Amino acid sequence: MDKLGSWALPITILLLLLFGIFRKVPIFDTFTEGAKEGLKTSFTILPTLVGLMAAVTMFKASGALDLLSGALKPVTQFLGIPEAVTPLILMKPISGSGSTAIFTQILKQQGPDSFSGRIASVLACSTETAFYCVSVYFGAVGIKKTKHTIPAALMGDLTACLIAGLAIRFIFNGST
Amino acid sequence: MMLNWIWTGLLLVSILCACLTGRTEELANAVLSGAQSAVELCFATMGMMCFWTGMMHIAEKGGLTQLLAKILHPILKHLFPDLKPGSRAAGAICMNLTANFLGLGNAATPLGISAMKELKKCDPQCGDEANRSMVLFVVLNTASLQLIPTYMATIRAKYGAQNPFDLLPAVWITSICALLVAVLSAKLFERRKVRG
Repeated sequence: MDKLGSWALPITILLLLLFGIFRKVPIFDTFTEGAKEGLKTSFTILPTLVGLMAAVTMFKASGALDLLSGALKPVTQFLGIPEAVTPLILMKPISGSGSTAIFTQILKQQGPDSFSGRIASVLACSTETAFYCVSVYFGAVGIKKTKHTIPAALMGDLTACLIAGLAIRFIFNGST
Repeated sequence: MMLNWIWTGLLLVSILCACLTGRTEELANAVLSGAQSAVELCFATMGMMCFWTGMMHIAEKGGLTQLLAKILHPILKHLFPDLKPGSRAAGAICMNLTANFLGLGNAATPLGISAMKELKKCDPQCGDEANRSMVLFVVLNTASLQLIPTYMATIRAKYGAQNPFDLLPAVWITSICALLVAVLSAKLFERRKVRG
């Protein structure tokens, strides 16, 4: 089943190209136009990323992260979540760049193909940053009473935490 | 807003903890290495980032978003019973969800904001309180499904993953479950509030 992943990418590119040809889009011109957007995004997130990655690295180096993960160990152990992934779960609903910072730390230390690395990868992209969505969308129309939005969104995040490990075990059955 | 507090808190706790445990030297190194690795990460991922925004721009120009939005419409009728079919709000919601699905974050946010504005126009009496369509729409965005999570794969590739996309099926399973639970809880909480 893990072969499916390596097929997904070339097929997506092929389909996008065929779609562009079929719809008579000037392919390369459009591509470069879009790539420029990517460049802009990279530069806009850089300051945030510098601030947060410095903070997260400091938090880790000071030993505070170990204390925190240790304190939460009974809960995470019960849920079958590796200790290394705990900080990502805590950061995920709050900040996108913050969780990217923690995600890269986990990959660096545990390796991308380790069990923790894989769970972290799945969690990093299976949900969006809940508080960001709430503040952007409700903020744009001046809504202050968000009612059950945050509880429902956090239920989604919690589900992702519970399912990620199972899904990884199922797909790589036994090879991790 | 919230990040102001979190960031300051992270730094203060780190400094305090480092002083107490005598790891001030490690902390000093961490400041440098953390900031450095952010820049490295940014440059390492820039190529992939540009490539994918470029590819997705082709999809957008060709009208793939509108096309998928049409396909999505029947499902949306059930999720948003208050919405009139063919209304501008419905159109904007479809476009936002498909943009998310294709990983077009930059396109998705403005589309989502205009969807929220349309939803508010449909229900001008709501004041500063969210109605059930708004709640469900934002919940759908927080648990959005992404077909090809390119950013995650790029970072995996940077740290030497053998095949950065090999866990794609796991991502889809997890993502779909999270989406279903989020939508179901939104619907359940909503019903409870109506009765109570």
